[in-house]
Amino acid sequence: MLTRRIIPCLDVRDGRVVKGVQFSGLRDAGSPAELAQRYEAQGADELVMLDVSATPEGRQTQLETVRAIREVLFIPLTVGGGVRSVEQAQALLEAGADKVSMNTAAFERPQLITQIADRFGRQCTVVAIDAATNEQGSWEVVTLSGQNRTGVDAIEWARQCEQKGGGEILLTCWDRDGTQSGYELDLIKQVTQAVSIPIIASGGAANASHLNEAIDAGASAVLVASILHDGLTTVESLKTELRNMNVEVRL
Amino acid sequence: MSPPKVSIIRTGTANTASVLNAFTKLGATPELTSDPKEVIEAQYVVLPGVGSFGAAMEELVANDLVDPIVQRANSGKPLLAICVGLQVLCTSSEESPKSIGLGIVDASITRFKNELPIPQLGWNTIEIKSGCNAARAYLTPGEAYFANSYRLECVPPGFNVAMSCYGSPFVAGFERNGLLACQFHPELSGRWGLELLESWLCQSGAMSC
Repeated sequence: MLTRRIIPCLDVRDGRVVKGVQFSGLRDAGSPAELAQRYEAQGADELVMLDVSATPEGRQTQLETVRAIREVLFIPLTVGGGVRSVEQAQALLEAGADKVSMNTAAFERPQLITQIADRFGRQCTVVAIDAATNEQGSWEVVTLSGQNRTGVDAIEWARQCEQKGGGEILLTCWDRDGTQSGYELDLIKQVTQAVSIPIIASGGAANASHLNEAIDAGASAVLVASILHDGLTTVESLKTELRNMNVEVRL
Repeated sequence: MSPPKVSIIRTGTANTASVLNAFTKLGATPELTSDPKEVIEAQYVVLPGVGSFGAAMEELVANDLVDPIVQRANSGKPLLAICVGLQVLCTSSEESPKSIGLGIVDASITRFKNELPIPQLGWNTIEIKSGCNAARAYLTPGEAYFANSYRLECVPPGFNVAMSCYGSPFVAGFERNGLLACQFHPELSGRWGLELLESWLCQSGAMSC
């Protein structure tokens, strides 16, 4: 039986984890490799690292961070943030990523999805979709870290991502990201019904019930960040609670 | 005793960093190679997975590695095949109908046919069923990380097998003498995966543990 995946996400800026750690009681919580190792020990099924560096100088530390994580990590690693070319994807894979995640660049040049899938395989090609509700009450793709509302229907874009060669969709509800108010279940349902590739739900998790809801709505995996970084819970206790809710997890 | 050298076949497109790191962690010395002579003679050889069946075979053909791998697999020397590496040991695949596989295993690779998400991405259960062809040298029950859309449905006689299930049963891995083939990624399967690699290093070769 294939289990549902719990995937901690490290937002990394200039080589340090930034999301939520300021309220953490963990020592050295800002080191990506140290957190990666901790989460694997807690039972994480994969790890996602998103580079949110604002400057090209910050981005240069990205490969070093990937190498440092890889040395201590023996579960899959997905790396995203500013991936704009096949060459960049290759450099990340050579440094130790197992999958690459594209966002704005894939939206602007959908052929990038095909190029990366052709070269490295569909299972290696993750497309991140950020969606927000619009005035018509439907889901719209947003890019450039939420700054740009595209007017494009997120469900239709998810279908295209699959057709272009995407192997997995990292689906973030931009309205909920960091709010800890639960995942946007309607968005998850609509996208999982539209495509046959796995969906990772992201944005808004505060507790195991939220994870259970996203899985019920069709997500193959759930991304978790703040509540882990802030030390509010562990991967292991989330999984124990999920198992008690009859969700198949690896414990 | 010097650390065992593990020669990893350079595939051009595969992410080999995870495989290299796993063997380094185990105290071995992994190196990338595309030298046919080394593939025949090296102490340990790994055939890692690449994107597609056809791309993997093209790369092996271009580097004159087809005969060396077949020779090695049939000699019983340590050979580890991972993911698409397992698939190219077979004769053909629905993924790349025009490509001919290595033919070490007389079977064809087919696509998952079910309503579940494809590719299969995540951790699945490894089962060792009782029976005379049950895996007994390296593979053990556990949970392993898979990333595949295609699979081998059953293994012909002569190989010892471990199974898994995704909609229907499929071959998780098989072994014969020094040959270990894994549809999953041992290098990404946490402690269980590292233990499997260690067991292959210890038992398939001359390394004393």
